[in-house]
Amino acid sequence: MKVLVAAKRVVDYNVNIRVLSDNTGVDLNNVKMSLNPFDEIAIEEAVRLREAGTAEEVIVVSVGTSACQEQIRTALALGADRGILVETDEDMQPLAIAKVLKAIVDKEQPSLVIAGKQAIDGDNSQTGQMLAALAGLGQATFASQLVMGDGEATVTREVDGGAETITVKLPAILTTDLRLNEPRYASLPNIMKAKKKPIDVYTPEDLGVDVTPRVKTLKVEPPASRKAGIIVESVEELVDKLRNEAKVIS
Amino acid sequence: MALDKETLKQFLDTLERFVEQRLRPLESQVGSEDRIPDDVFEEMKTLGLFGLTIPEQYGGLGLNMSEEVAVARVFGHTSPAFRSAFGTNVGIGSQSLVIDGTQAQKKHYLPRMATGEIIGSFCLTEPDAGSDAASVRMTAKKDADSYVLNGTKRFITNAPKAQLFSVFARTNTAVKGARGVSAFLVDAASDGIELGPAYKKMGQQGTYVCDVFFADVRVPAENLIGGKENVGFKTAMKVLDKGRLHISALSLGIAERLIKDCLNYARERKQFGQPIAEFQLIQAMLADSKTEAYAAECMIADTARRRDEGEDVAVLAASCKLFATEMVGRVADRAVQIFGGAGYVEDYGIERFYRDVRLFRIYEGTSQIQQTVIARDMIKNG
Repeated sequence: MKVLVAAKRVVDYNVNIRVLSDNTGVDLNNVKMSLNPFDEIAIEEAVRLREAGTAEEVIVVSVGTSACQEQIRTALALGADRGILVETDEDMQPLAIAKVLKAIVDKEQPSLVIAGKQAIDGDNSQTGQMLAALAGLGQATFASQLVMGDGEATVTREVDGGAETITVKLPAILTTDLRLNEPRYASLPNIMKAKKKPIDVYTPEDLGVDVTPRVKTLKVEPPASRKAGIIVESVEELVDKLRNEAKVIS
Repeated sequence: MALDKETLKQFLDTLERFVEQRLRPLESQVGSEDRIPDDVFEEMKTLGLFGLTIPEQYGGLGLNMSEEVAVARVFGHTSPAFRSAFGTNVGIGSQSLVIDGTQAQKKHYLPRMATGEIIGSFCLTEPDAGSDAASVRMTAKKDADSYVLNGTKRFITNAPKAQLFSVFARTNTAVKGARGVSAFLVDAASDGIELGPAYKKMGQQGTYVCDVFFADVRVPAENLIGGKENVGFKTAMKVLDKGRLHISALSLGIAERLIKDCLNYARERKQFGQPIAEFQLIQAMLADSKTEAYAAECMIADTARRRDEGEDVAVLAASCKLFATEMVGRVADRAVQIFGGAGYVEDYGIERFYRDVRLFRIYEGTSQIQQTVIARDMIKNG
């Protein structure tokens, strides 16, 4: 079976995000970019399926500027077999990405699509779900465990209040939670091998997808900075302040 | 081989992350338990670290000098014990073979050294031959198809873990100096080899150093490195040139780590109502450390590049090692000073680095030996 994995280029999680002074977005100039950590987990899971003999081919797809090739190469170094870049300079919102992925799903006919549960830039957590709806496939989101069966997959999901186990018929969409696996580090021999793996490049127009943004960003602001605290002299003073100033006890 | 820019960057990024996420959290554990966990060892093997400098045709990655120093620098961002685990295979433990070995010797050992299955160790120093390496007393007597080795080697890094020793011994006892010394590949499991107990050291816990005793150890004649007698000292010197650059880059990496730690601390730590980074006397220490590290960075990059272009860099490598290791000593000293009491207690790890870096001014040629190498060349060549 074929597994398709989605990979997004995002600002590295170690970077201190700065908002642009005109409040139109975050500053991406000279900022370290990486593969979305949840997508890395998706790639690891797909590669493990191939190593176990369950999957024959792992295809990684990214949507965005040509710089996304870097993240595709990272995925190839981690063990994916080939890459697809859908190249566009458009600001790609979840619905547009889901539509592009739907077109790729139609083209490649994978038995399983694995994506991160969210990307750490926008934290939208929408693409996987939208793709499931558009493609008319079952979805198992926030997966912390995946067991492949015959024509179906048993998935443990991290939900509020515990773990939920469901089965989905294949083909299906899986989105990964943090505890699904621990991704490996790519070795240099594998990084070098990845250079030779093919990457196909399409544009959204090639795929007949309209990626015009539907949501307009009005303003981006940094979180309010925390105000300095005060040190109270006594328990009585603390209780008094909690009761009369913060009004959290009565 | 020279990697393309993108591949090198991806590899260094991966290593940087491995250092950051996997190794740094283990620093204090390795310091107190004096041991690198087995699984970390295995992960290092998978990453290809043991074969960094072993040619591709023997299963290694065949990094050139510029690439090797870039990797060493990244591993300076954590406790140097981690680098030491694979360090001898990259440097002194494998390079005698890589540089001067015969085809058959390379084929026999290098592929397994590249994977980390065989750990190599470099046996040059003796109780009476340290800085004066040419005065080795250990003997190798030809006897039919083999050589019989007798003597003691001292302070041998990674010997307790090694399967293969590169041993320097005197094949011509009539010659006192360098010209009577030959290099051998000796299986660590050979009869007659005994290891002394691991030394307790000032720093670099997690690395192992012990003495190795050879009593009538029989080594097949085909294990004479390069198949030639009495040229072993030249081999040793070629190996050390390369090692000196590697240690320089490691020193630079540690300096960068300490500078970062100092800066973070100085911005957080408040005295007299403001972060200590606001005080000019602290700023002077930060600026001096930064500047000196940059000087080392330039020297190392230049020397590595020139070596890759085929230039003889023996004197330049000595200059790099002299400067970079002394520099990291000063940076570590300032780090203790900036951290103050916090630098002196164990909790912040600064005192550990202070002890760790002290070794760099001593091994693979002391600072004084580097000075001698440099000055002698000046006098000889004007």
